[in-house]
Amino acid sequence: MPGKNTTVKKYLLTPFNVIAGIIVLIGLIITAIRFTHGLGATTNLSDNNPWGIWIGFDLLVGVALAAGGYVTSAAVYIFGMKKYHSAVRPAVLTGFLGYLFVVVALHYDVGRPWRLPYPFIVGWGTTSLLFEVGLCVALYLSVLFLEFTPAPLEWFGFKKTRNLVVKLTMVLTIFGVVLSTLHQSSLGALFLIAPSKLHPLWYSSYLPVFFFISSIIAGLSMVMFEGMLSHRAFHDKMDAAHLAENDPLTLGFGKAASFVLAGYFIIKLIGISADNHWNLLITPYGIWFLIELIGFVAFPCFLYAVGVRDKNLKLIRFTATWTVFGIILNRLNVSVIAFNWHLPLSERYFPHWMEIGISVFIITLLILFYRFIVNRMPVLYEHPDYKNKDDNV
Amino acid sequence: MENTFYTLHDFLLHSESITYILMLLSLLGILGFWFFLTARDEDK
Repeated sequence: MPGKNTTVKKYLLTPFNVIAGIIVLIGLIITAIRFTHGLGATTNLSDNNPWGIWIGFDLLVGVALAAGGYVTSAAVYIFGMKKYHSAVRPAVLTGFLGYLFVVVALHYDVGRPWRLPYPFIVGWGTTSLLFEVGLCVALYLSVLFLEFTPAPLEWFGFKKTRNLVVKLTMVLTIFGVVLSTLHQSSLGALFLIAPSKLHPLWYSSYLPVFFFISSIIAGLSMVMFEGMLSHRAFHDKMDAAHLAENDPLTLGFGKAASFVLAGYFIIKLIGISADNHWNLLITPYGIWFLIELIGFVAFPCFLYAVGVRDKNLKLIRFTATWTVFGIILNRLNVSVIAFNWHLPLSERYFPHWMEIGISVFIITLLILFYRFIVNRMPVLYEHPDYKNKDDNV
Repeated sequence: MENTFYTLHDFLLHSESITYILMLLSLLGILGFWFFLTARDEDK
């Protein structure tokens, strides 16, 4: 059937597929170099800079932006905001894939993937924050997998198993919130060990609180940002409920993000005040800090508020994108830009192109997986067999 | 802002005094911000 073959080729050879294909190919080549020639061949890491963008971006930013899963499920199942129900599955899927690829990216940094279970099987490093982070991420990834399983189970038609998992929704949500609170804050706490390396404006004994609060902002903004992209790319996949709930969701989450940003701005100010670092604000690093604090915390807080007051959905969605960039900037500031700030420029870290290549490769894989799942499973629509059922998740 | 502190007590007295004033202002500020944020809510 030549006609059908031409259609399939046309369908496969879209600009997105071609670019994604090239990125995946380059990513696989860099992966081979990384695991055969080591970190030295693919990164600019050194004894001074042992953590690069694979930790600063792939892990810290990845975990923060994957917070939409626990934020949305807590809003819907714990706080009873059922009007946002349609956002749960896409948010949980993004969270699950986000954490999954955080773990994948971690392999590039630590190497020897077969040793991944060692901390849980061979030796429990109970005095280490990294152990706590590792354990929480492993458990939360399992929780997110279980939270997402109703979608593939509905797709496969396993009704009994699906109904069993659905009964666990509340337990899984509570477990997810507890685990997220622990590891989101612990990722900030990791930097408490390096007071002499992190610039005083970013270093604070409140770093765990900053990381946790900003993860809520990241989660809320990411759900809106991802919803905006999904509406463009998968509009035809969405049922009436998803389409109808999107605008109230944007308004509700925009309001929540604005209020949490206001709280975050205040605790950041209190952080400066408690350490009496006001004088550092007039230094070059201080100006950079103010750009982050005013440009990516106070400014989006105000924009969200204006957007909510005026019911300006475009403004709220723009602000969500802006805030996502703000979260990326914050995590990179803490882990890369303001880290080792006292070293001369020649000893500072700048990522190798292959490090950037792997990060782009990981993001591309995440998008491809997301697209594959959303195109097949009931994520943006309710499965007809379970429509309007009370226990629906 | 660039004060020299000779004792921990001096430092804490200075920084915590500013922090407490800031916290009070923040509490009032966030209350005002909440009213600004919810002023046009439909249930009002």
